[in-house]
Amino acid sequence: MKDTPNNAVILDGNEATAYVAYRVNEVCAIYPITPSSPMAELADEWSAQGLRNIWGNVPEVIEMQSEGGAAGTVHGALQSGALTTTFTASQGLMLMLPNMYKIAGELTCAVFHVAARSLAAQALSIFGDHSDVMAARTTGFALLASSSVQEAHDLALIAQTATLRARIPFVHFFDGFRTSHEINKIQLLSDAQIRAMIDDDLVHAHRRRALSPDRPFVRGTAQNPDVYFQARETVNPFYAATPDIVQDAMDRFASLTGRSYQLFSYHGAADAERVIVIMGSGAETVRETVDVLQAAGEKVGVLQVRLYRPFATEKFVAALPKTVRKIAVLDRTKEPGAAGEPLYQDVVSSVFDACSDKRLTTLPQVIGGRYGLSSKEFTPGMVRGVLDELSKAQPKRSFTIGIRDDVTDSSLEYDPEFLPDESKLTQALFFGLGSDGTVGANKNSIKIIGENTDLHTQAYFVYDSKKAGAITISHLRFGPQHIAKPYLVQKADFIACHQYAFTARMDMLSHAREGATFLLNCPHEAAQAWASLPRPVQQALISKRMRFFVIDAAAVARSSGMGRRINTIMQACFFALSGVLPREAAIAGIKQAIEKTYARKGAALVQQNFAAVDAALSHLHEVPVPATATSTRELPAAVPAEAPEFVRRVTARMMMGLGDEIAVSELPVDGTYPSATTRWEKRNISDRIPVWDEAICVQCGNCSFVCPHSVIRAKFYHQAHLAAAPDAFKSAPINARGFPETRYSLQVYAEDCTGCDLCVEACPVIDPEDHSRKAINMAPKDLELAGSRKNVAFFEALPVNDRTTVDFSRVQGAQFLEPLFEFSGACAGCGETPYVRLLSQLFGDRLLVANATGCSSIYGGNLPTTPWAVNQDGRGPAWSNSLFEDNAEFGLGMRISVDQQTTIAHELLRRLEAELGNELVNDLVEAPQVLESEIGDQRERVARLKVALLELGDKPAARSLLSVADNLVRRSVWLVGGDGWAYDIGSAGLDHVLASGRDVNVLVLDTEVYSNTGGQMSKATPTAAAAKFASAGKRVGKKDLAMQAISYGNVYVAQIAMGANPQQTLLALREAEAYPGPSLVLAYSHCIAHGIDMTKGLDQQKLAVASAYWPLIRYNPVLREAGSNPFVLDSPRPSIKLKDYAYRELRYKVLTQTRPEQARELLALAQEIVDLRWRNYEEMARHGAEGFQPMTRRNKSERGAP
Amino acid sequence: MNKKLNTRYMGLELRSPIVVSACPLSASIDNIAHMEDAGAGAVVLFSLFEEQIRKETELLEEVTGATTDTFAEAADFFPSVDAYELGSTRYLELIHNAKQRVDIPVIASLNGTSPAGWIDYAKQMEQAGADGIELNIFFIPADPGVSGVEVERRYLQIVHQVAETVAVPVAMKINPYLSATGHVASEMVQLGARALVLFNRLYQPDFDIERLHISNDLKLSEPNEIRLPMMWIAALYGRIGASLAATTGVQGGKEVIKYLLAGADVVMTASSLYKHGIEHLRTMHREVEDWMDRKQFDSVEGFRGILSQQNISDTSGFERANYIRILEQAKVTA
Repeated sequence: MKDTPNNAVILDGNEATAYVAYRVNEVCAIYPITPSSPMAELADEWSAQGLRNIWGNVPEVIEMQSEGGAAGTVHGALQSGALTTTFTASQGLMLMLPNMYKIAGELTCAVFHVAARSLAAQALSIFGDHSDVMAARTTGFALLASSSVQEAHDLALIAQTATLRARIPFVHFFDGFRTSHEINKIQLLSDAQIRAMIDDDLVHAHRRRALSPDRPFVRGTAQNPDVYFQARETVNPFYAATPDIVQDAMDRFASLTGRSYQLFSYHGAADAERVIVIMGSGAETVRETVDVLQAAGEKVGVLQVRLYRPFATEKFVAALPKTVRKIAVLDRTKEPGAAGEPLYQDVVSSVFDACSDKRLTTLPQVIGGRYGLSSKEFTPGMVRGVLDELSKAQPKRSFTIGIRDDVTDSSLEYDPEFLPDESKLTQALFFGLGSDGTVGANKNSIKIIGENTDLHTQAYFVYDSKKAGAITISHLRFGPQHIAKPYLVQKADFIACHQYAFTARMDMLSHAREGATFLLNCPHEAAQAWASLPRPVQQALISKRMRFFVIDAAAVARSSGMGRRINTIMQACFFALSGVLPREAAIAGIKQAIEKTYARKGAALVQQNFAAVDAALSHLHEVPVPATATSTRELPAAVPAEAPEFVRRVTARMMMGLGDEIAVSELPVDGTYPSATTRWEKRNISDRIPVWDEAICVQCGNCSFVCPHSVIRAKFYHQAHLAAAPDAFKSAPINARGFPETRYSLQVYAEDCTGCDLCVEACPVIDPEDHSRKAINMAPKDLELAGSRKNVAFFEALPVNDRTTVDFSRVQGAQFLEPLFEFSGACAGCGETPYVRLLSQLFGDRLLVANATGCSSIYGGNLPTTPWAVNQDGRGPAWSNSLFEDNAEFGLGMRISVDQQTTIAHELLRRLEAELGNELVNDLVEAPQVLESEIGDQRERVARLKVALLELGDKPAARSLLSVADNLVRRSVWLVGGDGWAYDIGSAGLDHVLASGRDVNVLVLDTEVYSNTGGQMSKATPTAAAAKFASAGKRVGKKDLAMQAISYGNVYVAQIAMGANPQQTLLALREAEAYPGPSLVLAYSHCIAHGIDMTKGLDQQKLAVASAYWPLIRYNPVLREAGSNPFVLDSPRPSIKLKDYAYRELRYKVLTQTRPEQARELLALAQEIVDLRWRNYEEMARHGAEGFQPMTRRNKSERGAP
Repeated sequence: MNKKLNTRYMGLELRSPIVVSACPLSASIDNIAHMEDAGAGAVVLFSLFEEQIRKETELLEEVTGATTDTFAEAADFFPSVDAYELGSTRYLELIHNAKQRVDIPVIASLNGTSPAGWIDYAKQMEQAGADGIELNIFFIPADPGVSGVEVERRYLQIVHQVAETVAVPVAMKINPYLSATGHVASEMVQLGARALVLFNRLYQPDFDIERLHISNDLKLSEPNEIRLPMMWIAALYGRIGASLAATTGVQGGKEVIKYLLAGADVVMTASSLYKHGIEHLRTMHREVEDWMDRKQFDSVEGFRGILSQQNISDTSGFERANYIRILEQAKVTA
């Protein structure tokens, strides 16, 4: 059973871990969270495939409604005897903490596998550090840290082995993304090796300890002051025994596999004087650097901590070289206000104790530093910087490395150019778009090379945070030895740019090694390619003596029938140029991979891909690099000069990929960032944009109403303004009556458009002269762009239409409301953002948004730029994201706070009535604020009030009133989030908030699946649709959240679908907002996770409504109060069957492919559900008022409660 | 089933000349078994449309390609894409399973678009166990630049390529709009077709004059549509050295009998099963048998083709003069 080379596989850390966890468990209860989700998804996939664990059983995998729920289920399953695991990270681990104390307190065998990730503090971050696991260090769980993909695989098993013997539950963790998502070549454990590590007697003992009515006992009692303390101390021997148990397991593992691990592994000079203590992936970087420095004669070493809890202090000290004089402890977490970070403190107390006990003769100096928070790079240069600091007579006791802290001067200097010898490696960088398949092709390349040769491989992928037009950078390494370099490629031998536009946008060659190769996907002929490059690119090619190759991959793709898919073509060029494999062998490898991927999809597709590979090589040309640069074109500034100072100084650098250079002093201290920054980021991600045909446009506003990125805007204005218009500026006489001499313009913000086509789809006009054209049509952008910039600038300068003159109640009128949510990073054709934008148009200048974590919080709040904007008065939506699970409560808090401050304002107004005047005070307190004009009036009164208050000088009541006066304008509080929040993790909170009766408005952007984390089932997922964790199709019905809310009687409820009935959408949002109690609006949001052609998203909405799958309803308690039927069914009777809607979506269709019988059965069931619900709704629509829950009349003393 | 209904079609021994033609009913293995129970001589499976596979594949490629590895939080959006059985897999499984379940011949139907598609899928169908392959060429030469010769060449190329590729018999389903049906039919046989299926009903959309849309409803064939195929079967019977299958307009035993009298080796139906259910096959058989009893025919062979052009001495009923006479009669009765 010794290790053999043929066990080599190419895996990422998540799969390597899940591979083991699945085989040694019987139950897995999870909840998706980045970056751990793939572990759970794989387990579910294997379970669905019937893959068995080492005992021959198929583990049961269940997705829960939250990590809290998952932990509860894990606890229950463990208590009932099943070997149970879970996979989580970050906030997920936080939600598990209460159960973890229980599981540990009850000495229960279990391993939680954690892809360690930052915790949300001043901001959320999905990236890796140890903040989460460090927060769990007091739970009583053992903490075992892996530093690489191989270790994650191996320690997953060692943790399981140890927990069974120790009875202490384990958190086995590794660095989120850096290890969880790094692909590396590892030695796979055989089932026999895994089997040999697990002692069945201990498994049986675990079962014997389980709850059973056949041998009843109670566990989970409540204890009093008399015994709780003593009982808490009973577990001590178990913790004391655990380190040896873990080491025994490691030793046993070594005898089986040849891979040897220690609780604390020392590496470096035997006589080292300076030692770094570290755990996680950073240990590999330190090891590599120590080797270089040791070879240069430096007395340095590294101690890698694997078992962090229980911390075996004596073993730790024993592992240190006796010669150590100085220790730098590196923590990948931050504990503000502490004497030091956790590992540092453990090290300090360990060496102090050792010294006290005379196990150490001299007390080494210990310093502690933070590194790598949120996947901040940790490089050999930084390691050297830390070791150099240790050389100083007075090193910093507490430091940071990898950033520039110019506020508290914590950061250390380091040489970013310092690198170990990399001559035996081939390193490559690929710049592509998320949608062009670059990452997929690179994953494929890694497999081809890793599986067909003895070469070792490593791949890591960096994505930007946009969903549409996201840039991906692939970092690939190949070499004869195992690759242990957990940091990005610093010096590349090969750089490929898959998108020509990047040459003018970013500096790709700064990481090129001297003599490297640059491959460019270039639309120009080879002869023109050089001249087409900006000067800095030319200069880099010359100064680094690089070779330059071009291919028009788009043309090759088109001519070989591949459409826009260039990935295979670029991959073929990489193999041809990089020399990683002999060219023939490489091409054969690609073709083999193609055959494997496409064989079942048809011979034609295989042939097509083959042809593309062959054509690639014949269209690949080398471009001679001249001695001097000829171009005068520089890389343009990221943002224009007129951008705000913060945007120019800080945001722009983030946009350019230079965020690592931003110093601490340049960033806000409390996570507060300016609004309206997306407008400075002209991403130009689409080569096609809509062009308005003013001659045939009917000015209906549909196009701007559906635009997900707010790039289509309308204004009307006096014709005199046109005198200064650019030549290409378009306008038409407005077609509304009563507006003489008034023009209408529809302006496309070309540089912000994602090219989604929804506007064209929504346009109702057919050009009478060419039936294939509408009043808005897509056209190539380069023809339009030059004029467009001037036109946009002119359009922006036109006066904003007065809100009080616009008819809010009609779609046609709504187009004139300024959007205060613009150019977000959402997917092209996103089904959610049009609703969000509409909210901002309708209520933006008095809008407070509580946004649940999810897609909407990412496209709404992920740096560098954010889409929530401000109007010309400087007002706009105030937006915040708290967490995923608490959004309803978070929003309710906002409401209560606003109400409280309004009450305070009212009281102060009355107190100052004499000074302010009775009429103003009465109006401020009593005047209605429903109509826009009424709100305008109130704003004007508040302005007058402020002037009056300032005149009252330092009077305390006046100053106090001034601080709350803005609350006198009715604020619109919206709780926004997806179905994952509303139906699952936040369900209880939402329910409570709706039941509170307070005036909050809830907008659920229902994509019926966890969109942000990759398509996991939620309770909104419909019957018969497939999703992750419902790969065989969802068997239960979607929760009818609308009916749940209606059952309260005092909740305004609407179900809307903009694509089906925009007018009803508008009406519902306005009614919801006007209703002075809780409102719930469920918005059908088509999504890439539905598996649709996103240009047809609106059509799908129509079909969803036409089939009665998504009935449009409004339930208005005000009508009930007035004695009318509050339930209005806005949908027409179903005109199509469910299948005519559903089978246009991959999520449904896929089941007909994978499980045809089940698909039929489930679709029939789904149709039955649709029919039944429709009948029920129809019946409700016929009821009188008395058919519904009565509600109490509103009582003003209840402050907004109806 | 009475033995006297035995027939031979494209080299296959069939217990009955009534065959289920390519239609979605055969997508279910239970239906195929039911068809056998109800007496079908063979089943032609529903057509495998190459472009449908391509479209599905492309959609999958497009959807999964555009959403895979695009964002740090979500590497993909669908469960285990690799496990999706796209393309021919399900169809081939259906052939395989049908062969396990029923004893009657199972004929696969292929509607290709590319040369590679025709050959590749035909090969896969043979390997999956199909007893024969029916080539269903659906090509409307709406382009005025395409000549009749080019259209015929396309047909002939396909039949030649497939017949060369597979060992199982190949049938050709043709449409009635070829310029010289008899000649083309003979050439197809020379190039390897073991049977001709007359005729394919080309897609004929209707218009919805209220919604100004093309309406895509499925119109089942009617008995009055049998005359054209019947005429051509009567004309080709005994002349081309291949089996003849009649399809279109078969609602009951009467149409089956007519086609057999014209010379069909088998008579195919799908519309009647849609209208009356699979059990209707029993009724059709009973009607044929009753008629044979009345007419004292012991076997299908006893009356097949007796009204074909070859077998009747007075062929004027098929010819131009007869048409003129009918038109003249119509004038009188109008």
